[in-house]
Amino acid sequence: MRPIANTRSAAGIPTGRLAVWWVVASEIVIFGGLLASYVMHRLAHPAWAEQAMHTNVWAGGFNTLVLLTSSLSAVLAHKAAEEGDGPKAARLLGYTMLGGAMFVVVKAFEWTAEIQAGYTITSSTFWSFYYSAAGLHGLHVIGGVVIMGFVAAAARRNEELHRVELIGIYWHFVDIVWIFLFPLLYIAK
Amino acid sequence: MATADITTDAHHHHEQTFWSKYVFSTDHKMIAMQYMFTGMFMAAIGGFMAYVFRMQLAFPGMEVPLFGLVGPNDYNALITNHGTIMIFWVAMPVLIAAFGNFLIPLMIGCDDMVFPKINRLSYQIFLLSAVILLISLAVPGGGFAGAWTAYPPLSAQAQYSGTALGSTLWLVAVALEFVAFLLGGINFVTTAMNSRAPGMKMYDIPMVIWMIVIASVLFMASVGPLIAGAIMLFMDQVVGTGFYDPARGGDPVLWQHLFWFFGHPEVYVVLLPALGITADIMCVFARKKLFAYRTALWTVFGTGILSFTVWAHHQFVAGIDPRMAHIFTVTTLLISIPIAELCFIYIATLYGGSITLSTPMLWALAFVAEFLIGGVTGIFLGASGADIYFHDTYFVLAHFHYTFFPIAIIGTFAGITMWFPKMFGRYMSEFWGKVHFWGTVIPFNIIFIPLFFLGTIGQHRRIYDYTNFPELSLPWMQDLRQLATVALIVMLLFQFIFLINMFYSMFRGKKAPKNPWRANTLEWTTESPPPHGNWPEGLPEVYRGPYEYSTPGRDEDYWPQNVPS
Amino acid sequence: MSEHAHEHPNYIKIWAVLVVLLGISVLGPLFGHPVVTLVTAFGIALVKAYLVAKNFMHVNVQKRFVAYMLLTCLVFMALFFFAAAPDVMKSEGNNWYKPEAQWQAGAGTSEGHGDH
Ligand code: HEM
Ligand SMILES: [Cu+2]
Repeated sequence: MRPIANTRSAAGIPTGRLAVWWVVASEIVIFGGLLASYVMHRLAHPAWAEQAMHTNVWAGGFNTLVLLTSSLSAVLAHKAAEEGDGPKAARLLGYTMLGGAMFVVVKAFEWTAEIQAGYTITSSTFWSFYYSAAGLHGLHVIGGVVIMGFVAAAARRNEELHRVELIGIYWHFVDIVWIFLFPLLYIAK
Repeated sequence: MATADITTDAHHHHEQTFWSKYVFSTDHKMIAMQYMFTGMFMAAIGGFMAYVFRMQLAFPGMEVPLFGLVGPNDYNALITNHGTIMIFWVAMPVLIAAFGNFLIPLMIGCDDMVFPKINRLSYQIFLLSAVILLISLAVPGGGFAGAWTAYPPLSAQAQYSGTALGSTLWLVAVALEFVAFLLGGINFVTTAMNSRAPGMKMYDIPMVIWMIVIASVLFMASVGPLIAGAIMLFMDQVVGTGFYDPARGGDPVLWQHLFWFFGHPEVYVVLLPALGITADIMCVFARKKLFAYRTALWTVFGTGILSFTVWAHHQFVAGIDPRMAHIFTVTTLLISIPIAELCFIYIATLYGGSITLSTPMLWALAFVAEFLIGGVTGIFLGASGADIYFHDTYFVLAHFHYTFFPIAIIGTFAGITMWFPKMFGRYMSEFWGKVHFWGTVIPFNIIFIPLFFLGTIGQHRRIYDYTNFPELSLPWMQDLRQLATVALIVMLLFQFIFLINMFYSMFRGKKAPKNPWRANTLEWTTESPPPHGNWPEGLPEVYRGPYEYSTPGRDEDYWPQNVPS
Repeated sequence: MSEHAHEHPNYIKIWAVLVVLLGISVLGPLFGHPVVTLVTAFGIALVKAYLVAKNFMHVNVQKRFVAYMLLTCLVFMALFFFAAAPDVMKSEGNNWYKPEAQWQAGAGTSEGHGDH
């Protein structure tokens, strides 16, 4: 049962959304710390540019497209939920989950190819950062897809529609992280 | 209010089994108790460790009663885990999680945390982390022994530490603890922001709530880089990456930055709740309004931001850029100013009050007095020139014990003795409370004042046996070490008085009314202990600030927040 | 709640802009000029992040403190970067050097310091 505390809104933002913003804030510093560490190492090691050549820009670019599109369907789901159309929101969230799944599959192929080419996580610290940062981000994608599954299932029954927006905010954040990871790991040579 | 009645009624009807009441409860008060007793249990372990390694220092090579011979690796593992436990498994869970859980909903006038299930999950993860830490002490190779700051390469490479499994379990335990407090912190902040009683505006929130909330925010904003750092360290340990290995393109100083970027805000994370607890106690037992509430609050906001700019004062001798050392010296000295200001605010609050020296008040006063010594010695360390000498000596150790002990021990006892009647509906014994107070505070000073002197003479930290250093084992130095150790044992023995007093009073103590201290804040307007849902007759509304004591023109010398004007 | 009764922007249009920007950032390095790459890679990443935060996450229609709180976290990260980078980026000291960083600096790649 939901406590009365959960129904109040003294700060002017619904409780769930407020909490998600705090989640995003604490995630910013997690990825921020990791990426700041990467960037200072990268600047100190000009030769990493050469190693970055071996990353697959087309796979990374395609995945960016996938995530951007999945964000589009997430925000359209939010709009549908706001209009009270739970089933439509659920369907749109389904597309987002599909996008997340596709992202992970592309990553799997990409990593397999790289590992087969001999670039493993211990090959050099560049590759350590590459796999760790993308891996941490990938875990966020997978977690997001799982949670989204629950939200979509409820939305189908027109329940807890406000959660569609909440998972969307999280998803867009994960998208933004990738927007930065993409140039940092793939494009900058 | 109608909805309030319906919900609480529904709560009353369902039967509670032992499991649902004590173990899987989502009630914020029960979760607070879980955090508090787990924290106290861990404090007992951390205290026992201190006893063992202090015995080794005072009487090198002795068979320590209840432990046995202390080997060099045991010694290092003991000091490492003592520090880790006291900060992450005692100060954090008791000061923030236990008091935060107990006080936030009660003092802002709502029925629970906004996310009770996440709250429960937070405790369960915390418990799991504690179990993993304890297991890590018993695995082959022994517990992690690379100091609570876990600097690489000692922490990263098993070939140096010799504790492959212990290091990793330690790291996993700390990381899980962070997750638990992130979940808890988001709950605290969201609850305090959104669920306040109608009428409770920004400046009507009791100081202790503000402090716990600001502490949670500081924690959330500072722990991220360390989580990232912990992931990298974990990879170094388990996968064999070289994030912190300069030979392979990494950098060990990076860890120090990541650690202290969190580590220094962390000292404010634990300091603030203790400051808040003492502020509330002082107002109640001096029957006075908090001096300059708004100034105090904004000072704390400022301190919180500043606390993110000082971290590298822990690294003055780590080979950091000397220009940076200048900047961090300046910011470190700057941050002493608001802390000093807060001390003056407390003194001004006491000034001219009608002071009752009850047990909670004694603890609160002792907090300010002892913390002052910690703060003042910090200024010496903050000056990079002096710190080059003092770094890693017992001067540093005494400095931070003069900050942490007042916070984690004195502050906690202040809070427990203050809110015990609310938690359990009974009084604790004042007499035994005072015996315990003096029996704790006097030995505390006898332990640590000698350590300042030993540190000034150059005694290094983290040394297993000083007899290997002739210039550090002069007879008078050994005498001081023994004095400190004996005082520690005395202090530890006095804690049994507290435990007996607490458990006896829980069941047999004199029954306490709703508002035994005649205090203003909302938690005192409900039953002691508060029932599930906190205010069965409907949640309170707020009409004024929390510190309206001795208001001129009123018969009563207090004016509860929920009484209409 | 009522604060949320905002106009929904045309999401498809924003998505199309994002995709075009993505295309530019992928094609940027083809010019072969490091400065151009820097701008097309990171300048565009900033623009994309801004567009997503504003239009998809609706940061702009939240209470003001949400944006402040996120910005504060970013500022802290910048602070962390600028205070830690001078130490972490050092490649040699009194009795030590970092073989990887040194070897690359010696190899004289485009961004090497040259004073060797
Ligand atoms: C008044 C403000 C304070 C100043 C100026 C200050 C300054 C310092 C400095 C410069 C050091 C580094 C010394 C060294 O390692 O050589 C230090 C260490 C330490 N301080 Fe403080 N401090 C202050 C308050 C606090 C507070 C409030 C706490 C705890 C709640 C605290 C806890 C610690 C700890 C734990 C260490 C040692 C960490 C370690 O190396 O294991 N300090 N302090
Ligand atoms: Cu510090």
